[in-house]
Amino acid sequence: MAGDKSLFSTPTVRHATSRDYDDVYEPAEDSFLMLDALEQELDVLRSMKPTVCVEVGCGSGVCITFLARLLGPQAFCLCTDINPKAADFARRTGRENNVLIHPVLCDLCGAVEYRLQGQVDVLLFNPPYVVTPSSEVSSGGIEASWAGGVKGREVTDRLLPRVGRLLSPRGVFYLIVLRENVVEEIETAMKHQGFTMTTVITRKAGREHLSVVKFHRVR
Amino acid sequence: MKLLTHNMLTSNIIKGVTKGFPLVINPSRVEVQEVDFNPDFITRVLPKLDFTALKQAATQVGHADKLPEALPETADFGEDLQKTLHHVLLQVEVLEGELVCPETGRKFPISNGIPNMLLNEDEVS
Repeated sequence: MAGDKSLFSTPTVRHATSRDYDDVYEPAEDSFLMLDALEQELDVLRSMKPTVCVEVGCGSGVCITFLARLLGPQAFCLCTDINPKAADFARRTGRENNVLIHPVLCDLCGAVEYRLQGQVDVLLFNPPYVVTPSSEVSSGGIEASWAGGVKGREVTDRLLPRVGRLLSPRGVFYLIVLRENVVEEIETAMKHQGFTMTTVITRKAGREHLSVVKFHRVR
Repeated sequence: MKLLTHNMLTSNIIKGVTKGFPLVINPSRVEVQEVDFNPDFITRVLPKLDFTALKQAATQVGHADKLPEALPETADFGEDLQKTLHHVLLQVEVLEGELVCPETGRKFPISNGIPNMLLNEDEVS
């Protein structure tokens, strides 16, 4: 179906100039894996009729733009980034693809987590997951998009304790993990907050074994 | 920045700030952008809003004229009010200006329609 083809196509980033990618993470295998996971989850996502969707660390904005397009104008899609150039790039990605997304510059979900507590139906996070020395985990710029520190988990581990407070009772959280991130430990941490984990999709991209895992509350 | 987004922002990320809501808007450039009217969206997003903060924000950006002081108690708002809410929430865009923390006066710039809520390390709670 022609309509579906455009629905599932990768959001265009034709507004990008080559210099943009000096400062903003260019959509890559991990981003595309998240898009594929969301496509695979389409029926689940649509049947829950999400009202509030948030992507933390949106980078180029292709994931939240893709989600906004899948869900249509019924969903409020807000995204955050710590990198001013990424937030602006995401704004342009939304505009270029004719969907309304709402970028905010802040650390993780800091500026919105008080008002959005218990309200987020879909939460996305493609964290900086690469194992690096802690000193490389940065607070801005392009390094912030990949440097994950010890186990590649230092940034992910800062978001996890906040997920339970953010998500609505039926809310779901999609997270990208690398094999080196030790997903069992993430699963355990989330289990303590009452969440169960499932693997949506796994792929080997070059040397990286990547998965998208999904968390929802145990009923 | 849409006023819907503004309604979700707090400055209690600053050390010592308890509520940090609502942030005061000092707009320097406001635009109205056409967005398709979607009554279902308005109905679904309303329970998540702080209407007093919305009214205040709409006043600060000069788009509060049709907005009532309070929302009617009934669930059925009628199309006029829904359209007004749609306009205020999604069509009014603050492109440039600043947000001000109601407790500390700390200013957060809005540039290209994006609110910058980043803090310096020594401000973080």
